[in-house]
Amino acid sequence: MDGIISWIDYISGRPDEILETTWDHAKITLIVVVSATVFSVLLGLFVQSRPTLRALSLSLAGIFLTIPSLALFAIFIPIVGIGNEPAIYALFLYAILPILRNTVTGLDSVPSAVVESAKGMGMNTTRQLLQIRIPLAWPVIMAGVRISSLITVGIAAIAVLVGGDGLGTYIQGGLTRLGLPNSLESVWTGTVFTVLLGLVLDLVLATFQRFTTTKGQRL
Amino acid sequence: MARPPDRSARTALPTRDRTRDRRMSENADTTLEQNESTTGGAPSPGDRLRKIRLEEVEKRYPGTKQPAVASLTLDVHEGEILVLVGPSGCGKSTTLRLINRMIEPTGGRIFLDDEDVTKANPDKLRRRIGYVIQQIGLFPHQTIAQNIATVPKMLGWDKNRITGRIDELLSVVGLDPDTYRGRYPKELSGGQAQRVGVARALGADPEIMLMDEPFGAIDPITRDRLQNEFLRVQEDLRKTIVFVTHDIDEAIKMGDRIAILGEQSVIRQVDTPERILAFPVDDFVRDFIGEGSTLKGLHFETVDEHVKLEPYPTMHVGDTPTDAAARASEANTDWILLLDEQDHPIRWVAVGDLERGEAVTAESGSEVAAKVSLGATLFEALEQMLISEAAVSPVVRDDGSFYGVVRLTHLNRAIRRARLEAREHYESLEATS
Repeated sequence: MDGIISWIDYISGRPDEILETTWDHAKITLIVVVSATVFSVLLGLFVQSRPTLRALSLSLAGIFLTIPSLALFAIFIPIVGIGNEPAIYALFLYAILPILRNTVTGLDSVPSAVVESAKGMGMNTTRQLLQIRIPLAWPVIMAGVRISSLITVGIAAIAVLVGGDGLGTYIQGGLTRLGLPNSLESVWTGTVFTVLLGLVLDLVLATFQRFTTTKGQRL
Repeated sequence: MARPPDRSARTALPTRDRTRDRRMSENADTTLEQNESTTGGAPSPGDRLRKIRLEEVEKRYPGTKQPAVASLTLDVHEGEILVLVGPSGCGKSTTLRLINRMIEPTGGRIFLDDEDVTKANPDKLRRRIGYVIQQIGLFPHQTIAQNIATVPKMLGWDKNRITGRIDELLSVVGLDPDTYRGRYPKELSGGQAQRVGVARALGADPEIMLMDEPFGAIDPITRDRLQNEFLRVQEDLRKTIVFVTHDIDEAIKMGDRIAILGEQSVIRQVDTPERILAFPVDDFVRDFIGEGSTLKGLHFETVDEHVKLEPYPTMHVGDTPTDAAARASEANTDWILLLDEQDHPIRWVAVGDLERGEAVTAESGSEVAAKVSLGATLFEALEQMLISEAAVSPVVRDDGSFYGVVRLTHLNRAIRRARLEAREHYESLEATS
C-alpha cells in the first residue's frame, strides 16, 4: 500500500515529464508501425502469389523476430550511430512478420469466386486489388498491424540502451539506482505507462479498423 | 396462337414457359403440312442473326498432350439460350470462359457481332458480357446496390441512372428494392444471392450473358423457381445467352438449342431439345440424355386444335340412362362422361350402372379429377391419363367446356411423328452436305 502511494506521489510530482517521455515512446512506435505497415502490406501483395518469394520473405521476417532484441538493437549502432535511429530500424524488422503474414493470409482468404466474378465483370488487376482484394483482406491485415503495434510498444522500451528516448528511460534509470529512493517507482512508471500506451494504441487501431470495414465484413 | 392466360401458373412441370410454347405452336403450324418443307412458316433459330461465333477455337495447356478444347466452331444466335451440356471434365466451362477470355484461347478466333475480339482488351470485352457463376461471387463488403452498380460505375454512368438501374434490376429478379438494396450478401439466402448475381450480370444491360451452372448450388425447389423466373425474364430481355450445365434436364428446360459436348469440347450434337430427344445422333448422345428421353419429348408436344382429338361419349343429367349406355357401347367405351349445363366435364359414369337403368345425378359415378386444357403439353396429358378413371385425358376449352380426349395412341403418334421429322431433318442435312 505504501508502495502505491509513493508511486502516485512520484508520478504526480512530474506529470509533464512523464507525458513527454510517453509521447517520445509513442512517436518511435508510430514511426515503426506506419512504415512497417506500408512496407509489409506492399511486400505481402507482391509475394502472395509467388510461392518462392513468399516462403523466403516469411522465413526471413520470422528470423528477425527470433534475434534477441538487445543484439538486434546493437547491430545498427555501427551503421547509424546511437539514439532513436538504431532502435527504429530494429523495431521495424520486428514489426514486419505479423503484418506480412496477415497480409498474405488475408489475401489468401478472399474467396476465389469473388475474384473470378470481379475479373469476369471487367475489373483490371489494379481495380481488383483496390476495390476487392485489399478491402476483403483488410480486417486480417489490421489484426496483424495491431499485433505489431503491441510488440513494438513493448520492445521500444529497450531503445534506451542504444541511446534512445521513451519510457525505457524510467525502467533503466530505476534499475541502475535500485535500492535508492524512487528507484522502484521509476521502474513502475516506465512499465505502467508502456502498457497504457499499448492499450490506447490498440483501441485507436480497433476504432480505425471499424471505420475502414463495412457491415458486410463483420459478423 | 392465343394461349390460355393461366398457362404458367397451372403446373410445376418443367419446360413450359411461354417462349417455348410460342415456338412449339409455330412448329405445330408447320406440322399441319408436314410433307412440305419444314423451313416454311415460323422463323427457325437458323434464320436469326449470328451474335457470337467461335471459329476453330482451341485451348491447349502447356505440358499437356491433349488440348482441353479442340478446334471448336460454334455459332450462337441473337436472343437464344444455347446450352452447353456434357459430362464433367468435357471442357464445357472452359469453352464458356473462352468467350469472355477468362481463359485465353491458344488458337482460333472469337467474334462478337462479327467483330473479331480475339485480341481485344479483355477488361473492356468483359464489361460488355454478363457473367454468372455457380458460386455467385458477390462482393461481401459491398451492399446489394453496390454489387449491382459494379459495371455501370466502371462504364461511367451518372449517379441517377445507376440508382434507377439498381431498382429496376432488383424488381426484374423479383426482389423488393426498398428491402434489399441496402443489404449485404451475407444477409441473403442462396436463391436470393443468385438473383442478385443475375441482376449484377445484367447491370449495364449487356447483350450477351454467360452463365456457368448458375443454379447448380441451389436446392431443387428454389432452382425450379429460379429457372422459370429466368425464362420469363429472358422472354422480355431476349439476351443472347450461353448456359453451361451438366444436367440434361436443365439443358432441355432452359435451352432454345443444346450443344452436347464430348471430350475436349467436341460437339456431338447441337440442335433444339425436341430434336435431340427425338433423334440422338449417336450412342454418346443417347447415353447422355439417358432413360426417359421419349417421355421428356412429350414436354415439347402440345394438345391443341391441330392434334385431332377423339370424341368421347357424353351425357347430361336427365338423359335416359339406357340411351347413354347405347352411345357408350357404340363408341366401345366402359365409361361415359357426364357434363353439366355448361358442358364442363364433372363425373365419370360406368356404363354398367347405366345399363341397370339407374338414374344419373350430379353425384353419380366418380369425380373427373384429371383434365387438361387445350395447349397443355402431352406430358401433362399423359400424367392426367395415368390417374384418370377412364384411362383417357379429357381436354377442355378455355371456358372449361369439354373438347375431346387424349388417348395413348395420340402420344404414340406424336412421338413417332417427332422422330420421323427429326430423322428427315438429319437425312436432308446429310443429303445437302
